[in-house]
Parts: sequence; C-alpha cells; structure tokens
Amino acid sequence: MKFSDFILYLFSGIFFGFVLMKSEVVSWFRIQEMFRFDAFHMYGIIGLAIFVGMISIQIIKKMNAKDRNGNPITVAPKDSTQVKRYIIGGTFFGLGWALLGACPAPMFALLGSGLTVMIVPIITATLGTYVYGVLQQKLPH
Amino acid sequence: MSEFLSQPWPWYVAGPIIGLMVPLLFYVGNKAFGMSSNFRHVCAACDPAGIEFFKYDWKTGTWNLVMAAGVLIGGVLGGLVFANPDPIDLSSSTVSSLQSLGITDFSGFVPSDLFTWQALGSGTGIIVLAIGGFMVGFGARYAGGCTSGHAISGLSNLQLASLIAVIGFFIGGLFMTYVLLPIIL
Repeated sequence: MKFSDFILYLFSGIFFGFVLMKSEVVSWFRIQEMFRFDAFHMYGIIGLAIFVGMISIQIIKKMNAKDRNGNPITVAPKDSTQVKRYIIGGTFFGLGWALLGACPAPMFALLGSGLTVMIVPIITATLGTYVYGVLQQKLPH
Repeated sequence: MSEFLSQPWPWYVAGPIIGLMVPLLFYVGNKAFGMSSNFRHVCAACDPAGIEFFKYDWKTGTWNLVMAAGVLIGGVLGGLVFANPDPIDLSSSTVSSLQSLGITDFSGFVPSDLFTWQALGSGTGIIVLAIGGFMVGFGARYAGGCTSGHAISGLSNLQLASLIAVIGFFIGGLFMTYVLLPIIL
C-alpha cells in the first residue's frame, strides 16, 4: 500500500470515528433509544447519511466520475437474488446490535475512547465471523 | 473551534458527514464504505483450517483494516481528548424504561453496570459483551454487511438486498429490546 493511500484511509477512519463519538452513535443508550422509538436522533443521523450518500452516488454515476488515481468509479450492486441471508443474517445482527449497543465501527471507537473491555466483543465478533465461514455451506442463503 | 470539537454534535451535523464517507472512499480508492469485513480479513489472515470462505488474499482488505485503526484513533480523540462534557441528553422515556430494567448509571456512553471487566464475571456481562459481539460478527457476515455496509452504503445505492437486511436488523433489534433484554438484564 502506498504511503499516501495509507494516510488517506487512516484519516478517513479517524474522521469517521470522531463523528461517531461526537454524535453519540457509539452509545448503548442511544441504540436503546432508537429501538424504543423514543427519539429522532439516530433516525436523523442514519437518514441524512443515506440521503447524502444517495445524492453522491447519483452524481458519481451521472458524471462517470473517476477516483483520484483516474480509474472509473464502480458502484457495485448487492446480490438481491438471495433473500434469506439478508433477513436471517440481518436478524442475528440486530439481536447483537440491540444487546451490545454497538455495531462494528463503534466497537473500535469505544475501544479507542478507553473502554478496554470492548476488546471482548471485538474478539467474539471475529469468532462469530469465523463460525459463519465454517457453517456457510450449511446455512440457508 | 476547540469548543465545537468538545461538544456533542446534533444529528443534522453528524448525519451528512457520515454520508460523505461514501463518496470520500469511492474517490480515494474506488472502495465501498463498510466496516464489518475487517473481521473476515482477520480470519483470513490467520485461518488455521483452510475454510473456503477465508481463502482469499486478505491483504486486499488492508485499506479497511487501516481505516478501522483510524476509527480507533478517532475514538481516542472524540472520547478522551475532546470528550463531550455532559451526560447524554437521553429521552426521559428511555431512561425510565431502562431504570425499570435495573440500569442505574446514565453518566457515560455505556452503562457502567455492564461494560467493565468485572461485569465479565457475571452471566449478564458475558451475554451482553461476548454473545452480543458474537451475534454482531456472525450476523454481519451472514447478511453481508453491517450498519455501514448495508444501511448507509447499500441503501444509498438503492439496493433491495440492503433494505431487506435493514428490516432484519430491526426485527432482531426490536425482539432483543422488548422480549429478551428484560429477561437478560
């Protein structure tokens, strides 16, 4: 990896992690508030993020935009022919999200904020990923 | 500036910034915004059993691992250096619901009753931290993405797959919140 790429991805991550902390998206309490429909906060964040992402992708597609290396940007579609994996996998993810109160990025941000015990869910999430890899052929997709 | 960095940011500031991660990563290196694939890259880097799902060059995910390291540093900056000064302004309805489940400390980002090394000595702590993390990792890979990859990246690109996954996130999340959490806590 080129040094310039390293710096750009690192700073993208720093920026993202910082916003997650500032907006309290990393908070177990905010996730509970979201699933209890008690506040607009999380819906506002996710909704506006999707809105800005959507406009950006439309512009990228309309302009046939190129990345900074001059290569055409490819916005790959997800495979919509599989349905079971999204609904079942998504449900597992949601069970974990509401229980732990953190999805993957917030786990890393919280660890950085000094909550050292977050290393435990980071390890078990890796383990969960491994178990998925082992069982993949046997699971409905 | 320093004052702005040390305050909580409202949803209408944070949302658009998070959304800009999508074009930013496309511009930087034609990458689709996501985070959970990092767990797979780690598995692929040290898979001892030669599982098919992990047979790829994990170094193609270096950019994402570097970004995850950045998120961690962002946590240092946002959570320690420029920490928000006050407790979260939670809805009173959520506070009373959680109080009835036995949560007492609302001063931090996470309930201190559950997120400590000592809590791992209790069944509740193990379920929340270890099982919770396991289901996030398992579910994200099964569904092919997490909140970043499906809810933000995927829905931004109007993907039906991501909409189904997000519906799944809410089926699981609501079932946990209203049915299982009262039993677990």
